[in-house]
Amino acid sequence: MIAADFTALLEQVRKLGVESIRPAAADVDRRSRFPEESLAAFRKVRLLGAAIPAELGGLGLTLPQISTLCTAIGQHCAASAMVFAMHQIQIACLARHAATSPLIAAFLQECVERQLLIASVTSEVGVGGDMRSSIAGVRRDGDRAELEKSASVVSYGAYADALLLTARSAPDAPANDQVLVLLRKGDYQLEQKSEWDTLGMRGTCSPAFQVKASFDANQVLETPFAAIASLTMVPYSHVVWTSAWLGIAADAVARSRQMVRAEARRRPGVTPFGATRLAHAVSLHQTMRTQIHDAAREYEELCASPTGADTLFSIGYAIKINNLKIHGSTMVTQIVTECLTICGMAGYSNSSPFSMGRQLRDSLGAALMIANDRINATNAALLLVHKDE
Amino acid sequence: MTDRIRDILRKHGRLGVDPATLADDADLYLAGMTSHASVNLMLALEGAFDVEFPDRMLQRRFFESIAAIAAAITELKGEAA
Repeated sequence: MIAADFTALLEQVRKLGVESIRPAAADVDRRSRFPEESLAAFRKVRLLGAAIPAELGGLGLTLPQISTLCTAIGQHCAASAMVFAMHQIQIACLARHAATSPLIAAFLQECVERQLLIASVTSEVGVGGDMRSSIAGVRRDGDRAELEKSASVVSYGAYADALLLTARSAPDAPANDQVLVLLRKGDYQLEQKSEWDTLGMRGTCSPAFQVKASFDANQVLETPFAAIASLTMVPYSHVVWTSAWLGIAADAVARSRQMVRAEARRRPGVTPFGATRLAHAVSLHQTMRTQIHDAAREYEELCASPTGADTLFSIGYAIKINNLKIHGSTMVTQIVTECLTICGMAGYSNSSPFSMGRQLRDSLGAALMIANDRINATNAALLLVHKDE
Repeated sequence: MTDRIRDILRKHGRLGVDPATLADDADLYLAGMTSHASVNLMLALEGAFDVEFPDRMLQRRFFESIAAIAAAITELKGEAA
């Protein structure tokens, strides 16, 4: 989308953020319920087709543009921003790796027209959190196929119109010989296996589900998941997730800024107590934002470059994009904690306009969803061969 | 060289199949090699052939088959000679 059109869209999203998304955020959090108001707002401005190319009717937004939207939404409700971000990841995987399939292209067009919401089913009970291993396998029978998967976390699964699921290419295939499968409503049954009652990100509604599906065999993507993960899912996820967390940080910084300014106005000439700490929080926020923008821009450039895929497949890039996630998830909590200190008891209160409760609880999930310890261990192994020349 | 590579693959590739049954151009990743196992494989190859894979070679396509690994090592040995 050209810059002028995107600026206008961003203004609309900011307005919806203030008018529809923020007013519902506290209730979404308190009741751990799905943010219906946010979804209605997204659909109003056709945001669910944001990552779908214009040829297929979508908005054709670049990753830097999607990242900006995630942050704008996350400033009002982090759970809504995560739902938006996760949906765009699924769309991007389909659009970038399967749009040559007439069935998938038609599905993407339908996604735009009907503003369908797609959930991800990459988690599985028994693989120890390793997205690149599956237990469930696709059983093919002529032009039909079946599978059953015990998923440990499916964000907004009960509210989605379709699922994008990982599985072994066949029941007897190796655990990492994986495919992505598009499942449309009607193809699958979900049986909820746990409650979603968490410290934060409560509106993502992400319990465990048993998924049973019977579907058209053409809904199995031809490109192996190994390639989709390296080229799109992992880098795209790390950028959009950190962008949503950047929204939490921006919200916390904005509130503490108001607090410090109000104090400065009360006593002109005296630097308020929290001002120095605010300067530190703003500096951390700026670093976080720069890292995300840099990664989003680099990814977009690599996708446009003829040799970009080589870089995306490289160990050096894997380490770098993993570090984006580790830094972003660590910094968001650091920034919100600084802002809580600046706002003091008003920040600690759950009912003051300066409350940091929801922001802090939401931020704490960042280091846990794909555990930072696991990512650090992966990087440690990769660094044994990477020379950083 | 391919026999030595197969031997190292047997010890470090953690494949779902016996490397002896794999053709030189068979896709090792499809045979079940994980990215973690590929790192161990690279380290073992560096040790066994006394080479260092430069960062430009730390990509899937240089390790995706026995033939690709042999070509990479031959290239490095040629550079060293």
